[in-house]
Amino acid sequence: MSVEDAVSAIPLEIERTESEQAPVEVPNPDVPWITLVHNDPVNLMSYVTYVFQAYFGYSKEKAKKLMLDVHQKGRAVVSSGSREEMERDVQAMHGYGLWATLQQDR
Amino acid sequence: MSGYFRPAGGGRGGAVITLDRAEISILRSLTTQLLELIGPGPGEGEAADPLDALFAEGPSEPPADPVLARLFPDAYGGPGGPEGAEAAEAAERAAEFRRFTEHDLRAHKRENGVAVIRDLDSLADPAGGASGVGDTAELRLGPEESQRWLVTLNDLRLAIGTRLAIADDDATDRLFALPDDDPVKPMALAYLWLGGLQESLVETLMT
Repeated sequence: MSVEDAVSAIPLEIERTESEQAPVEVPNPDVPWITLVHNDPVNLMSYVTYVFQAYFGYSKEKAKKLMLDVHQKGRAVVSSGSREEMERDVQAMHGYGLWATLQQDR
Repeated sequence: MSGYFRPAGGGRGGAVITLDRAEISILRSLTTQLLELIGPGPGEGEAADPLDALFAEGPSEPPADPVLARLFPDAYGGPGGPEGAEAAEAAERAAEFRRFTEHDLRAHKRENGVAVIRDLDSLADPAGGASGVGDTAELRLGPEESQRWLVTLNDLRLAIGTRLAIADDDATDRLFALPDDDPVKPMALAYLWLGGLQESLVETLMT
């Protein structure tokens, strides 16, 4: 396909996609991402608190509150930011053995 | 099995624990098993091309072994995560994340485990950092070594906890009530003991 063809084909392609498919909620790139830590029965409460303090630099009070949220509510948002930053946080949490995921905040 | 970590003192962090021969042997054996489970990285196995490690991509799929699946969980999805069409996108992103990060994570956990075994082996060596008295030895950890031990103790507990199918807090309580002739009793005792070790080590780091 030549460059000219590609340029002229683009608008047509988009229009057809929109008319044929059901509306899908497109993730808004401006919506921040969040790191969630999930509850698990093995990790010690003191250890989880320690990790939140050591990695995120949170105060003991904040770290403990987040740990209790994880324990009692099943999960807690421990950080938010760009997708790249949250991937870094999730990888670090996995390194500590915590069960973490990232997703867009909504 | 009564020894727990205590602060090393001197104001520079670190921890000390007195271990007997049986405890050293159990810790070494469990850590070795963990390392075998995590396995060598690309380019680290026998006759592997060192260049492989540079170009190797990690796996896309979660590990089949439940212990490894717990140690290397999906980064996208999970409880409270996206549903429907977005869940499929999350699964795709989880696979991509795994390809680019799992090797590093495995290497990281391996390094920690190897360091723990090295520390344990130094106890058997009179020239090492241990001051052996009879059947016990004193292990002294600096702040950085404490970190490696802390994470490895946690990995060991995750591994054994998964094997013991600990799914909720009550399951831990039930371990205490196991009869002596129960086949999982030794593993349960090891799990509870490691919990005590980890708890005492965390305390030395939080003071």
